[in-house]
Formats: sequence, structure tokens, C-alpha cells
Amino acid sequence: MLEVLFFLAAIGALGGAVGVVFLKNPFYSVLSLVVHLIFLAVLFLLLEAQFLAAAQIVVYAGAVMVIYVFVAAYVGGIEEPLFDPIPRLRVLGPVLAAAIFIEISIAVLGSSLVALGTEGASDLEAGFGTPASIGLLLLEDFLIAFEVASLLLLVTAVAAIVLAGRKPGEEGVES
Amino acid sequence: MTIEWFVILAALLFAVGLAGLTVRRNPVVMLLCLELMLGAGALALLAFSRMTGDQDGQILVLIVLVVAACEVVVGLGLVVAMFRRRIPLDVDEIKELKG
Repeated sequence: MLEVLFFLAAIGALGGAVGVVFLKNPFYSVLSLVVHLIFLAVLFLLLEAQFLAAAQIVVYAGAVMVIYVFVAAYVGGIEEPLFDPIPRLRVLGPVLAAAIFIEISIAVLGSSLVALGTEGASDLEAGFGTPASIGLLLLEDFLIAFEVASLLLLVTAVAAIVLAGRKPGEEGVES
Repeated sequence: MTIEWFVILAALLFAVGLAGLTVRRNPVVMLLCLELMLGAGALALLAFSRMTGDQDGQILVLIVLVVAACEVVVGLGLVVAMFRRRIPLDVDEIKELKG
């Protein structure tokens, strides 16, 4: 049963990813990424990460994708010459990607991590991956990382306004 | 459904994202491909977290999520700035570091 769910989610995530790369219209690419992220959240659930699956849906498929859709709509339909300006890149890019995939696969399968062949640790502590235990870890062991993340978000908010905002009296800028 | 499957799937998703990043020229789509690669990394981290039964990996994924959100905001801010200055939305057009 879980295997079936894994393969369904894997096919969905992969299909969404391929859609992002091959759809011509950026708007459809964004929607394809939403599909990908939802299936990715299912895979997170299969790995006992309930909180992260929920965060993935709410933060990503919800908030971040809204920004993407907004920007894609703002800049409008772009006449992109879908793959072409550097003709050889069309061949070299996929070759590079295939090489990376094969390399990672060999590195993983050839590693001496015996636990890779199992379904993971069997003695999971109670509440593994639930909001309660993640929150405890975040506010106790990883408090500094948590604070740095919040500072990073603040800096980003300022950066976005500086980058995209209109400066008063600026010339040559479309209103 | 062993851990290997998840890691191989993560490698595959990462490769798809990399192919898109090298092949597409539209900055919005390139950012989407970056999201794919970050998501693949998060999946691998979660798989290893499940493998060792240690929740620290999940915290790392949470931080990756935050960093990815920041990257999106800055990247899309650049796209909007390019659009405002009438630069064609093609990464090859940003050749000079002047405003």
C-alpha cells in the first residue's frame, strides 16, 4: 500500500518537475511546480515528516507560489526563444544533468551505508516529526539557527523593497 | 520502500532541475528550476533523517525552506527590476553591473 503511494507520489513529483522545464509559458511552469510541491509533500509524509509536509504546502504551494504567479502575470507573456540562444547548451545541459544523476546514484548505491537498504530506523521516538517535537528542537537545541533565519527573512524583506521598489524622482523608469 | 528509493528519486529530481537551469534562459523559469533542486535536496535530507531516526535533519530542511523563500524573493525582485528598466527578460542580457 505504502509502495503504491510512493510510486504515485514519485511519478507526480517527477511529472511536475519535467513540466516546469518543458512548458513554454512561465505561468504554466509555475502551476506545474505547484503540482510538484504537493506530491513532494506526500513524499515528506511517507518519511514521517508531518510538520514539514504541512509547512511545504502552506509556505510553498501557498505563499511562495502566489509571489511567482504574481510576478509571472506582472511581466506578462514573454516571447522566449525556448532553448535556443546557445545551441549547444540544448544538448550539453541534459548530458550534464544525466552525468550528475548517474554520479549521485553510483555514490549512493556504492556507499557503505548499510541502513540505506532498510526502511529506516525502526525505533523512532514517539512524536517523530510532529510539530510539537520539531518546535521543541527548534526553540531549544537550534535557537541560534532559528534567530538567524528570522534575521535573514527581515534582511530579505528590506532587499525586496530596495530591488523592486520605485525610487522617488527616478528617471527612465516606467510608471 | 527503502531509503535508497527516496535518495535516487531526489537525485533524479535534482538532475531534472539542473537540466532546466542550464537549458532555459527566462529568469522566472530558472528560479523555478532552482526550487526543484532545493526540493530535491530537502527530500534527500529527510530520507537520511528517517534513516538515522534523528530529527536534526528535519530542522535543517526547515532552514533550507527559509533560505529558499529568501532566494525567491530576491530573485523575483531582480526580475521585477529588470522588467521596470525594460531589459529583456533573458539572463544573457544582464552583462554589466551598473544600474
